[in-house]
Amino acid sequence: MLAQNGIPTAEDLARVRPTAERLARGPVAVAECFQNIPCDPCYHSCKRQAIKPFADINDRPQVDHDQCNGCGMCLMRCPGLAIFVIDHTYGETEALVKLPYEFLPLPNEGDVVDAVNRAGKVVGEARVEKVQSGAKLDGTSVVWLSVPKDLSMEVRHFKIREVR
Amino acid sequence: MKQTEICIVGGGPAGLTAALKAAALGAAVTLIDRNDYLGGQLIKQTHRFFGSKQQRASERGINIARELAAAVQNEERITVLTGATVLGYYKDGVITVEQNEQYLKIKPQKIIMATGGAEKSLAFPNNDLPGIYGAGAVQTLVNVYGVKPGNRVLMVGAGNIGVIVSYQLLQAGVEVAAIIEAAPAIGAYWVHASKVVRAGVPIYTGHTIKRAWGEKEVEGATIIRLDGKWQPVPGSEKDLDVDVICLSVGLSPLTELLWQAGCRMRFVPELGGHVPLRNELLETSVPGIYVAGDVSGIEEASAAMMEGALAGLNAAKALGYDAPDFAQQRDNIIKELAELRSGPVGEKIRNGLVKAGLA
Repeated sequence: MLAQNGIPTAEDLARVRPTAERLARGPVAVAECFQNIPCDPCYHSCKRQAIKPFADINDRPQVDHDQCNGCGMCLMRCPGLAIFVIDHTYGETEALVKLPYEFLPLPNEGDVVDAVNRAGKVVGEARVEKVQSGAKLDGTSVVWLSVPKDLSMEVRHFKIREVR
Repeated sequence: MKQTEICIVGGGPAGLTAALKAAALGAAVTLIDRNDYLGGQLIKQTHRFFGSKQQRASERGINIARELAAAVQNEERITVLTGATVLGYYKDGVITVEQNEQYLKIKPQKIIMATGGAEKSLAFPNNDLPGIYGAGAVQTLVNVYGVKPGNRVLMVGAGNIGVIVSYQLLQAGVEVAAIIEAAPAIGAYWVHASKVVRAGVPIYTGHTIKRAWGEKEVEGATIIRLDGKWQPVPGSEKDLDVDVICLSVGLSPLTELLWQAGCRMRFVPELGGHVPLRNELLETSVPGIYVAGDVSGIEEASAAMMEGALAGLNAAKALGYDAPDFAQQRDNIIKELAELRSGPVGEKIRNGLVKAGLA
């Protein structure tokens, strides 16, 4: 359980997961924020009002996946690094997972990296399609990984393979 | 003897905002910090802050520190003394300070104590071995001085500091073997916990450190599981091969000057230890002495900044300074502070504050 080991359960994730039908339509944000903490930048960052207004700063983000176009503004602003953008239209068999990344060195586009799940375990491999960084992102880069579609809701981190 | 209208002790988030608000109303302020720089603990907070947009959410503490410190330096009504340690408070309201081996005396009309907090320690065999640090100390080594404390760390405590420092150790290229937490649940915000766990650090709740081992320095640690009654479970020991042990077991308010000044104090566990009783203006039982930030109860930096702003406004107002929108400024801060503390994670603070009020 999240409160015991920091890993969200399948039930936690079921509450924030876009429908298969929505995933098939293109990029969409998944807010993996499961605790009522005083924090609201995601709501203010959304230009499409896809994150429901917060009545209270302790509210959790409720993403209207039909309003969301997966632009990633919320992903870049979330101080908890808890928002990801998933795009199932990226390829025939591959989906794109955009995730916030704060480690150096940054990977290179085209690198094949170990795809890591929420528990820190390697679950497969991913290709780095794009790395967004720069002053505007203020130290939190956004890495675009392509992964097999069935791993799009699993992969949330990656490890650069060591060169020996 | 130097004269000043408001003397602020501590140049962290609370002291900086107190100085800016008081000076903006027109008061002459002397801000004293024992470090060579302003910003307090903010200068090593490389992660993004939570909170609301108005409270600088999503900004990094290190950037907030730079901005506030620059604003303070540019404000002509504020005199900054860095590398200056306040030594004592005297009955006649005089504060004594050591700076550059000089002994200074300052007579302020109002004082804002914003001295912050200090890390707590933990008793276990061999806890005096080199390689055992407070988590905050390790954060200073890594983020301020660019020094790695070692190669493999055991973090004791899964509150926000323990989990955030673990993450920052990973960023610095230091391995973290595990984070252990005696309580049955993670105290840190779960999003912080999730980001270290996916980066490969396991969190073991219901575990404590049994002993550290090593000849001349830390070579490892034995951890043990605790049952529902916080009792060690025999046979559940596990040895971890680490060369650093970080203790992140809470902070307590740095209240020596308040005791010396004779402020009424109360032990409030929810706020981290002995805290000064204070009224809604953040004024203690000694008229003219205000408090803000961790010295009045351990909380987040966002809360410290808001308390500092309040104390600064109130102290300046008490000297006769005013602004057409004074009431609005103050009410806004009070409202935002209440919102910040209003949720489930603010419950402990709310319970603590009830006990710290000056009737």
